[in-house]
Amino acid sequence: MPSASAHWSQDIFREAKARNITTLCTVPDGGLTALIDLVAADRDMRLVTLTTEPEGIGIAAGCWLGGVRALIAMQSSGVGNSINALGLPAALRAPCLMLITMRGQWGEFNPWQVPMGQATRPALEAVGVKCFPVERAAEVGETFAAAADIAFHSRLSAAVLVSQRVIGAKGFGR
Amino acid sequence: MSARAPTLQRRTLIAELLARRGTALVVAGLGSPSWDVFAAGDHADYLYTWGGMGLAVPVALGLALAQPSRRVLAITGDGEMLMGTGSLAVVSDQAPENLAILVLDNEAFAETGRQRGLTAGRVDIAAAARGFGLRETMTVRDRDAMGELGRLLFEAPGPVLAVAKIALSTDPWALPEKDGVLIAQRLRSALGLKG
Repeated sequence: MPSASAHWSQDIFREAKARNITTLCTVPDGGLTALIDLVAADRDMRLVTLTTEPEGIGIAAGCWLGGVRALIAMQSSGVGNSINALGLPAALRAPCLMLITMRGQWGEFNPWQVPMGQATRPALEAVGVKCFPVERAAEVGETFAAAADIAFHSRLSAAVLVSQRVIGAKGFGR
Repeated sequence: MSARAPTLQRRTLIAELLARRGTALVVAGLGSPSWDVFAAGDHADYLYTWGGMGLAVPVALGLALAQPSRRVLAITGDGEMLMGTGSLAVVSDQAPENLAILVLDNEAFAETGRQRGLTAGRVDIAAAARGFGLRETMTVRDRDAMGELGRLLFEAPGPVLAVAKIALSTDPWALPEKDGVLIAQRLRSALGLKG
């Protein structure tokens, strides 16, 4: 169901609310700004700002153990930081829902972002995370909903990979 | 730097602490902290971990945020705490009043062959925790402080952190359930959660 929202982050926010996802754990990224602002402004949601992404994997697992649903949002570079941590939700069969804003991919200016950006999906799949790449803004909401449902209903790790084609490559003043 | 070799025995310390936990939930870090907790007597309120080094505090934080009416105690080692030191910033920022952290500090990587740990020198985890803004911290070096340690971990408004300087000991193996699905389901059932 393509969306008419002004920004794809509103679609994610709506689908998260509809599924009672009440916590957002994140190391901020430019592509996540709108979503973070929506969560920060919502009285019923908790924003958990992290120092490094694997903390979010642990916090989300702890939330689920206690009966709360959480989402972890990060830039693709953070996936590299998180690989060993992803063994924890896999071992517990705890739902692990991730939103990844891609770098090093579509129109990247910064060569330092390219190795991890290119390795993001293979690395996630190597540790058993189901990947849901999305290339068009209108499809972000339904893709997020599908990933969230498989994560929470099947108790699996699932990641939505939002392309730089959706976000727009970082301009660096050019 | 420690003034003298620690004499506190980890197994006795944990058994005495857990005897007065009340209804507190416990997240035990990988390796020896999980063996210590299990050796003191198994309970559905305990989450043992066998991997994910650095995540004991984040998991306990998530549990504390989700269960604000229950005290949550993370029990971890000096190595795991230093691997996840940044999580103390997140704990401080979220400021859950029901979260306590106990760091069992033997100044060594005991589980992997007793290699020298980073707290054997100038590194002070309790001081770091104060810097991150935790509400109260303490370092325990002998049994005289057990009463105060119990008060801090189970009664003081959190988030709080205690470092227990413990002897580098050889203890009998005490291995809990390692099937994470069973461990998680047991805890969730104890909390009245389904699915």
